[in-house]
Amino acid sequence: MSASAILAQAAEAGGDAKNIAAAASAGYGYGLAAIGPGIGIGYLVGQSVQAMARQPEAAGMVRTTMFLGIAFTEALALIGFVVFILLKFA
Amino acid sequence: MAEAVVTRLDGPAVEGAIAKDLARRAAAVAPAVIVLFGLIWGLGGAVSTAYAIAIVVVNFVCAAALLSTTARISLGLLMGAALFGYLVRLGLIFLAFWVVRDANWMKVVPFGITLVVTHLGLLFWEMRYVSASLAFPGLKPAAAPGPVGGSAQSRDSSGEKES
Repeated sequence: MSASAILAQAAEAGGDAKNIAAAASAGYGYGLAAIGPGIGIGYLVGQSVQAMARQPEAAGMVRTTMFLGIAFTEALALIGFVVFILLKFA
Repeated sequence: MAEAVVTRLDGPAVEGAIAKDLARRAAAVAPAVIVLFGLIWGLGGAVSTAYAIAIVVVNFVCAAALLSTTARISLGLLMGAALFGYLVRLGLIFLAFWVVRDANWMKVVPFGITLVVTHLGLLFWEMRYVSASLAFPGLKPAAAPGPVGGSAQSRDSSGEKES
């Protein structure tokens, strides 16, 4: 095998390794970005359920705040998802 | 005798009202965003933007339906539905992107920007109309229409001018 062919093969392998590393990083990033909102939603809904169980007359108000809180927390995961697709597919 | 601790909620589902309001606002603002991104990224950008707005609205509606349905059954189920619903909806958003990722109209940048900006923008917009009172636990009631010939405020201001 000529030297140029070996160099071309090495460059191709290097490119593949780079692509694999980029895909893995994007995947890890997306996974990590989903952990925080998961903890946040768990805490938020847990406290809301406790509030509704203790004070049912305020349930409507608590549910309104809880729904918006869940949606705001989800936005963090959406940002992680968007970063992932931008890194992987853009 | 009423129970000291409730285990399920039978009241009106405020989530549905909020999700409907969010969808109405999204429908109002969508044409402007689609045209704007269409001018920047072309037809593909416009279609990707419309697709992202549809995903955001469907996500809100699904979340509201899931929470209001499970709240009528049990508060424990509400807790589980909120957590696992989050994971499932995140997966569905990924699936919705995955099935069209190779479509020739898919432009990732306007899709991603729209997804985040619409989601957050609609929520911040909605916060202005959310009530935090026991009398109106969901959304604030709309302002009562004024009498023919102008609102109460304009009548007051005209009265001040006359005096």
